[in-house]
Amino acid sequence: MSSLNAAVDFEWSKVRTVRSMVWSLVLCVALSLALAVVTGAVVRRQYADEPAPSSFDPVSAGFSGLRLGMIGLVVFGVLAVTSEYSTGTIRSSLAAVPRRGVFYAAKMLTGGLAAGAVSCVAVLTSFFLAQATMGEESVSLTDDGVPAALVGAVLFTTLLCLFSMGVAALLRSSVLTMGILMPLFFTVSTILTNVPGVGRAAQFLPDQAGGLALYRHAPDGYVLNAWSGLAVLAAWTAAALGAGYLALRRRDA
Amino acid sequence: MIEVRELTKRYGKVRAVDGLSFRVEPGRVTGFLGPNGAGKSTTIRAMVGLDRPTSGEVLVDGKRYEDLPRPLTTVGALLDARAVHGGRSVRGHLAGLARSNRLPARRVDELLETVGLASVADKRAKGLSLGMSQRLGIAAALLGDPQTLLLDEPVNGLDPEGVKWVRDLVKRVAGEGRAVLISSHLMSEMALTADHLVVIGRGRLLADTPAHDFITGNSRSYVLIRTPEPERMRDLLAARGVQVDHGPDGSLEAVGTDQKTVGTLAAESRIALYEVTTTTASLEDAFMQFTADSVEYRAEQGAAR
Repeated sequence: MSSLNAAVDFEWSKVRTVRSMVWSLVLCVALSLALAVVTGAVVRRQYADEPAPSSFDPVSAGFSGLRLGMIGLVVFGVLAVTSEYSTGTIRSSLAAVPRRGVFYAAKMLTGGLAAGAVSCVAVLTSFFLAQATMGEESVSLTDDGVPAALVGAVLFTTLLCLFSMGVAALLRSSVLTMGILMPLFFTVSTILTNVPGVGRAAQFLPDQAGGLALYRHAPDGYVLNAWSGLAVLAAWTAAALGAGYLALRRRDA
Repeated sequence: MIEVRELTKRYGKVRAVDGLSFRVEPGRVTGFLGPNGAGKSTTIRAMVGLDRPTSGEVLVDGKRYEDLPRPLTTVGALLDARAVHGGRSVRGHLAGLARSNRLPARRVDELLETVGLASVADKRAKGLSLGMSQRLGIAAALLGDPQTLLLDEPVNGLDPEGVKWVRDLVKRVAGEGRAVLISSHLMSEMALTADHLVVIGRGRLLADTPAHDFITGNSRSYVLIRTPEPERMRDLLAARGVQVDHGPDGSLEAVGTDQKTVGTLAAESRIALYEVTTTTASLEDAFMQFTADSVEYRAEQGAAR
């Protein structure tokens, strides 16, 4: 166990000492907060005179910033893995921590913990900021379904970061990994969900399934709900992490 | 000590290393020589577990590298000086490595002093010159105070002062009873540094011998003679069983004799001498002679392209 501790220490020092990784985490929080405030203000103005329709979900609306901010987490996760390969640092890293399982576990643990901590900050602060600026339509922390949505949101963004890290470990290239994940997360899956016939299957894509956790009440027309959606994302994450591990184990560094 | 046993590494159909066995013994500097693509770097990478052998194994003090609990305290390796994240500071890079093997943090500052990087400790690695990167890589290799040092092309990019520094360093380290393996293309440098040579070509072991024996065994030393009467001189020497070849500009190259003999013979026969020089072969000559095979192979490839 002590070797894992030392390896986690090593990984954590790598995260802290590279600006791009720290900035990607700051970006995540900043984007989430900024858009939460904007959304809150827009909602307040929109529904100033008329009540919001029953389908309006203040929790989900407040997370509109988080949906964008999670780019930062994905970038962080991908860089944490691929920068080892692009800079060649992987050779000194593996010479220092030659057991690949320990190295991989430490990297994923560190990335996952950092992503989880940043997610907590981004989710909670953007929730409170959005609700504070939303006025009449806002919900409070103790309202039905809210605590679950907050927990779900943290799990969603953390798992998505870990999923990205697994894919990055498999592909090793930041350009390739980002080139696949970014369109998948931000356009392709949204488009597919709206294509008749494919839509039902597209709900099972990692970001779509996990994203159901961002609602107070699951929207209509979905086979999955918040928890089964997270379970689907967790399965994707486990598969990506497993594939990434096999790639690290079998290939030369 | 490192023991390479029947190491074979294939990349697809190419055998980069082919049944290679040798030892890196403590207390001496082992020079690792071979033409480009001979498999030197692959061998060194296999030593620290970066490349998985197709067959065979490498043992460090009797264990596989992966089974060493704190590997940096046993083996220090410089593989590629540029293998540093450019965005990380010099100190940050070493501090991370120190943490990974539970080495005291003060070791980092000690080494920055030792390798002469203390003044740039907080600079980002991408601002370093190649020479400074080499020093950083050497600092990383020395970090755990290891009993075995593996240096792949350590003097690449260093200025003359840096080259001398590396030479003195590896000699001192070997003098302390540690094992040092050093690969370099600079033959003159290797001749000054290495006590023992391991020569490989096309992934196979060609020689594993003391450096002195390698040089004397694989090159010819001769006495260069310039005289207005080369024919007479040659006959005189040939009569004594000395092999004489014709050198450039009407000079003679006598193998298997010495200046004294040549001078005395010439005086007895009243032959004027303009020059009598003993030419000793360098490691470079010995190496070229020895690896002529591999070089021919490369030249053929070049011509076919």
